[in-house]
Amino acid sequence: MSEIALSVRGLCKSFGSLVVASDITLNVPAGARYALIGPNGAGKTTLINLITGMLRPNAGRIVLDGADITGLAPEQRARRGLVRTFQINALFPHLTALESVTLAVCERTRAVRTFWRKLSAYKHEIDEAYDILAALSLTAVCYRPTRELAYGQQRLLEIALAMAARPKVLLLDEPAAGVPREDSAELFKAIAGLSREITVLFIEHDMELVFRFASRVIVLVGGRVLVDGTPHEIASDPRVRSVYLGRAMGKVAHG
Amino acid sequence: MTSDSTQLTEGLLHRQSRTSEAHDYLQAQSRWRWPEIVFWLATLLPFVVVPSYLVLAAQIAITALFALSLDLILGFCGIVSLGHAAFFGIGAYAAGLLSKGGFGEPLAGLAIAGLAAGVFGYATSFIIARFRHLALIMLTLGIALLLQEIANSASWLTGGSDGLQGVHTWPIFGRFRFDLYGYTAYTYSLALLFVVFLFARRLIHSPFGLALRGIRENAVRMPAIGASTRGHIRTVYTIAAAIAGIAGALLTQTTETVSLEVLSFQRSADVLVMLILGGTGRLYGGLIGAAVYMIARDQFSGLNPQYWYFWIGLILIAVVMLLPNGILGGLSLLVRRREKP
Amino acid sequence: MPAVFGVLFDGLAYGMLLFLLSVGLSVTLGMMNFVNLAHCSFAMLGGYVTVTLMNALGWPFLATLPVAFVAAAAASVVLERVFFRRFYRASDLEQCLLTIGVVFVSIAAAAYIYGTDQQPLQLPPYLRGSFVFAGLNFAAYRLFLIAVALVITIALIAGIETTRFGAKVRAAVNNQRMARGLGINVDMLFAITFALGSGLAGLGGALAVAMVGLDPSFAFTYLIYVLIVVSVGGLGSIAGSFAAAMVLGVSDMAGKYYVPAIGSVLIYLVMIVLLMWRPLGLFGRR
Repeated sequence: MSEIALSVRGLCKSFGSLVVASDITLNVPAGARYALIGPNGAGKTTLINLITGMLRPNAGRIVLDGADITGLAPEQRARRGLVRTFQINALFPHLTALESVTLAVCERTRAVRTFWRKLSAYKHEIDEAYDILAALSLTAVCYRPTRELAYGQQRLLEIALAMAARPKVLLLDEPAAGVPREDSAELFKAIAGLSREITVLFIEHDMELVFRFASRVIVLVGGRVLVDGTPHEIASDPRVRSVYLGRAMGKVAHG
Repeated sequence: MTSDSTQLTEGLLHRQSRTSEAHDYLQAQSRWRWPEIVFWLATLLPFVVVPSYLVLAAQIAITALFALSLDLILGFCGIVSLGHAAFFGIGAYAAGLLSKGGFGEPLAGLAIAGLAAGVFGYATSFIIARFRHLALIMLTLGIALLLQEIANSASWLTGGSDGLQGVHTWPIFGRFRFDLYGYTAYTYSLALLFVVFLFARRLIHSPFGLALRGIRENAVRMPAIGASTRGHIRTVYTIAAAIAGIAGALLTQTTETVSLEVLSFQRSADVLVMLILGGTGRLYGGLIGAAVYMIARDQFSGLNPQYWYFWIGLILIAVVMLLPNGILGGLSLLVRRREKP
Repeated sequence: MPAVFGVLFDGLAYGMLLFLLSVGLSVTLGMMNFVNLAHCSFAMLGGYVTVTLMNALGWPFLATLPVAFVAAAAASVVLERVFFRRFYRASDLEQCLLTIGVVFVSIAAAAYIYGTDQQPLQLPPYLRGSFVFAGLNFAAYRLFLIAVALVITIALIAGIETTRFGAKVRAAVNNQRMARGLGINVDMLFAITFALGSGLAGLGGALAVAMVGLDPSFAFTYLIYVLIVVSVGGLGSIAGSFAAAMVLGVSDMAGKYYVPAIGSVLIYLVMIVLLMWRPLGLFGRR
């Protein structure tokens, strides 16, 4: 019944003799919440880089909403609604939060093409940016440069930038990475609040997030899909357990 | 009115007042500040205070325009160019050749020079936009050096090391002749600097200007928000090339000579030093840096050129070690320290 | 024998010289990403050391060469300790500007002490003149240059491939963080490599005097050629510097011989084309 929003078929990538992705295939239905887990070095971020176009695959196809995007440049994929966030904050240090999000909105509406009108004349773009920041409770600090924001707020800004691009498929790369327990509530609220019209694939080590939000979990090990299933199936799968070196399926420390 | 709709209206009004706060904030970014007004009024001082230095003042205005064009790509977009003189030189020779060919109308000459430099800038921007780091720096250098060699060899066109002869600029608007005292030259150069400055200022405060800063701040993030980074770079590089070309043409028209040095690495390096001295990314940095550098050079012109470079070298080391954001950076740091309680 | 062999020979000699001047910069750039535009100032220092020792103190030419090496290495150690090490994490632009400042100062100092004329150098009799072989002239000095450079190249490659020091250098160039993690003292390694590279530049400068002349503008003129060799060859690669130096040396000589009107156009064109094809250099990685 649901169409497939994002489909990856037989994706392969190697650097010389180092194979980082081997025949990866997955289909994410529209509106679904899928989680991608795996030990460090399994190739999760590499997969995101391949899907978003920052890396060219050696083989395989990527299909977004039925259209083959394998040959498109990263910015073209983003404009079609395939948007990502970064595990390590990729923000604009000296731009204020408001300016950053306004920039993202202006890129989407192509307002950036004009260099003869003032930014302040673009009321709609500014309003939209402000609303996005409000939805993530960042308006109190939106006039401060990004580098002055607390780490948790910066993680939220990462998501704000992604939202400004009006994503259809959102790839979140460890959204909770490095965020201390006390501040993660806001983040969880933001992810919970994502519209069901957006399809979400997120990488996470935090099992609480995975259990709370994901309807399906894909386990990536050594560049291949080991197994995929519901969170409970994965939690009790002996293969997954052994891959995590017999650790209990609790919160795995990342670093 | 039911309480629901009152709440809704209140909510809307509240949100409207919050977003209008955002509008006001962004509006305030582009407002003219009083130091700017003081600066531009100060540029009129030479007419009154040091009329014997108007020729130098014209040279400063022209160099400031050149530095401004470099600031657009270096300060606002992060592109390190060691060969920006290429466009200056193309503009200079275009205006010179035009005038030598019999058409010495100054404003038209400027437009054509700007166009020539802009076209060359557009062509090379396809190369420039694709590379970063050392490869980018070397490509900008290589293109300029190549151009200089070609200009040197094509002495039938450029006059070679003797320079172009027979450049004569017609009076501006048919009325204002270029005089020996530099009165017309300075008025002309200053007016042009101001007009182009207004254009650059508007560009910086436009959505495009914001995108440029985005590229400078985090080039990797830009494609992820759907930005066509290469397209932006090509646009700003073309504009900067055109402005540099206009500056070169101004030099030709006011001095009525063109020599190979307009394309030299020396000129590219000098303008880079001036911009760093004044402070990048602030538009006024290039103007101030140019003024300081050229006034100092004029004052020490009796010195052997080697000694001049000795002091410039020391100053450069000092600026990088102590004042990495240049004069304006240091000033703004002072202002911020005084504002903090 | 056709003239092309003569051109090749001259190009080879010039390329060897460029290699000696460039290899140090390539390795230190690859290791620490420190853009040292003052590299050719060390070369210039080596040249002036040789000239001073020979002309003012009557030293034999060959004896001055090791001194040129040591002097340049020592000067680089001083500058590295006092200034450069604070800028390893600074931006490319800041490093460029800092080291350009050093270049300006060095040029002014050289002009002040020695004047702006070309320095005269009287080669020992056994290095003057040329051999005639198959109808072509092979200058003795250029043969000497090629021989010295080849010996040094072999020593460098042997050193980097077989010694522990060389292994550490390769590790640090490849992945600095990993090398630190393995317990390698990268800072000390860099200081030594920097000194060695600058010393080689000094030696190159000393050898260059008899081939291309020496005046204060040397530090800038050859900087441009060295930068071309390093960027085309690839950062951190000895083989890359060698290949690039050869290509550029031969191209420049060929261009000047066959089409003298275009002068150095060929060398710049070759650089632009090669950089566009391989922006990280012929042997560059990452």
